[in-house]
Amino acid sequence: MNTPLLSVRDLHVNFGTSEGDVQAVRGVSFDIDRGETLAIVGESGSGKSVTASAIMRLNFGADIRVSGSALFEGKDILSMGEEEVRKMRGSDVAMIFQDPLTALNPFYTVGNQISEAYTIHHPGTSKKELRALALDAIEKVGIPEPVKRIKQYPHEFSGGMRQRIVIAMALINQPKLLIADEPTTALDVTVQAQILELIGVMQEENGTAVILITHDLGVVAEVTERVLVMYAGRLVEKASVIDAFASPTHPYTRGLLNSVKSLDSDRHSRLEPIPGIPPSLIDLPTGCPFHSRCRYAASLNGRCSTEVPELKAVGNSWSACHLPVDLLAAPIKESL
Amino acid sequence: MFYFIARRSFFAVILLFVVSIFTFWIFSALPADPAALTCGKNCRPEVIEANRIRLGYDKPFIEQYGSYMKGIFVGRTYGEDESGVHCAAPSLGYSYDRHECVSSLVAKTLPVTASIAFGAFVLWMVFGIALGTLAALRRGKWPDHFATVFSVIGISFPSFFLGLLSVLFFVIWTKILPFPNYVGITENPFEWFTALILPWSVLALLSASTYIRLTRNGILEVMNEEFVRLGIAKGLPRKKLIVKYVLRAALTPIATIAGIDLAFLLGGAIVTESVFNLPGLGKLTIAAVVNSDLPILVATTLISALFIVVANAFVDIMYGFLDPRVRTK
Repeated sequence: MNTPLLSVRDLHVNFGTSEGDVQAVRGVSFDIDRGETLAIVGESGSGKSVTASAIMRLNFGADIRVSGSALFEGKDILSMGEEEVRKMRGSDVAMIFQDPLTALNPFYTVGNQISEAYTIHHPGTSKKELRALALDAIEKVGIPEPVKRIKQYPHEFSGGMRQRIVIAMALINQPKLLIADEPTTALDVTVQAQILELIGVMQEENGTAVILITHDLGVVAEVTERVLVMYAGRLVEKASVIDAFASPTHPYTRGLLNSVKSLDSDRHSRLEPIPGIPPSLIDLPTGCPFHSRCRYAASLNGRCSTEVPELKAVGNSWSACHLPVDLLAAPIKESL
Repeated sequence: MFYFIARRSFFAVILLFVVSIFTFWIFSALPADPAALTCGKNCRPEVIEANRIRLGYDKPFIEQYGSYMKGIFVGRTYGEDESGVHCAAPSLGYSYDRHECVSSLVAKTLPVTASIAFGAFVLWMVFGIALGTLAALRRGKWPDHFATVFSVIGISFPSFFLGLLSVLFFVIWTKILPFPNYVGITENPFEWFTALILPWSVLALLSASTYIRLTRNGILEVMNEEFVRLGIAKGLPRKKLIVKYVLRAALTPIATIAGIDLAFLLGGAIVTESVFNLPGLGKLTIAAVVNSDLPILVATTLISALFIVVANAFVDIMYGFLDPRVRTK
């Protein structure tokens, strides 16, 4: 049978604040298969991290409402009991955070924290066994001198090394799904590549599926197979990496691609930033959330500002835009 | 770690030395003539001069300081004839007003103050941290509201008012407790306890308010830390998460403040001791102020300073054990 590992349907996340409801995620649906790598990209505040946290049930706060479903191997994470979710966290689904400098507990040794990740889900493991496991885990992620390093505290490691430790911790229970929330954003460029490679290697070894959340299109191109582009809490484009980069269908995706420089672009060409700022998630515009920044919106006689576009198939991709399919599929001309 | 402790202790000694010179200098710079204060209003000048020589106030400042310091380590004799008074080490001066060595006055009063301070400290730490933790974990629910009300009361009521109120209620109206009458713990532990329960409670109530807030805010802050989120993402059970991740990080900084607060209280709980009529260091100090008994004031000031400096050094060293990040620096 071919059911996806994780199947998210119509996910909504709202935060109640004193100024009003923040609609962080509005009806996101996607699937991920075993061993697959999926990227979620978007600007800050597009809802990508909130989506990831919702899958782990890590959204806390007095006034947070999550609706929809997230079927993991057929069981809905969003309606699980607290204890069931706890057992899932770290064993079936693991997570890596953005800032490795603050992600480790400063009061305990690295070895303690790695073996803790194992022993939570395998109580009664002997100390000797735990030590061997931690040594093995730390060696696998490429940290030299594991015997010495295991006794050290997080602050004695560099940022890249700490992210390796977080990865070692996340993978020690061989999870089926790894959610990496901007795992390389806080790191040096040279270290970024190493960490991505490490995630790739570990993924292959364990057959882990990876959801990679990032705003770095370079990272997406390098490691993932499929991309979800989010904007103002909605999916605006779903495509394979090749399609997304070669023939982006949504004007926002195009905008994102035009605002980064690639090696083969003309060195005298200018970067084209997307004008304006993302809309407030409290007071969302009617219609397509991107319409006020979209250069094509004017050509559709106001339809973009009144009617919310649904995801529709455009060639091999899915795009949430009112522009006619043939126009979306073909590169959109400036003259439009 | 050894190097860290050695260095910290060395600086504490230097600091104590500086503090003692400074204290000594301030009291010698006072317009009051310490020799004239040794006998009453209608004193003959010859007596004043005799006392001046006997107590060493005729010597230059440095020499006075030197013999004072020497007295602390080897004891000191005031006067040379058979009327001379010997104060054994650690001699902290001689109170002419009370005809007693200051060190023996301190030896009598310090246990009282220490009893008050340690008892109150234990009470307020346990109570403050427990209630603060409860308030943070049940944020916005009734334990949180209760803790807020409680700490507002504790912070806004002065200790003499609360002290008198508690005496009125527990001693005079309901007669649950006898009037606080201090007895050494070795003499009669039960009476010792009943005499101190009210002062402990009053002091604890006042300080607990601060610790409730510190604990509550500390915990709420740590809960937002990324490493706590990672702890949850690892699948840690809630209890373990709270103890190993949240409390450990939230309470470590509180240890610093607690050490200093305790040291401060050891220097004499002036108001509380007066309200409950407890013969402690604070009461001794107040009496010395009223009677212009300079030797006692010098001594109590130095003792308070000693406690603060030692507590600071101790807390720093403890911090090295509690927080691995401090250790390696």
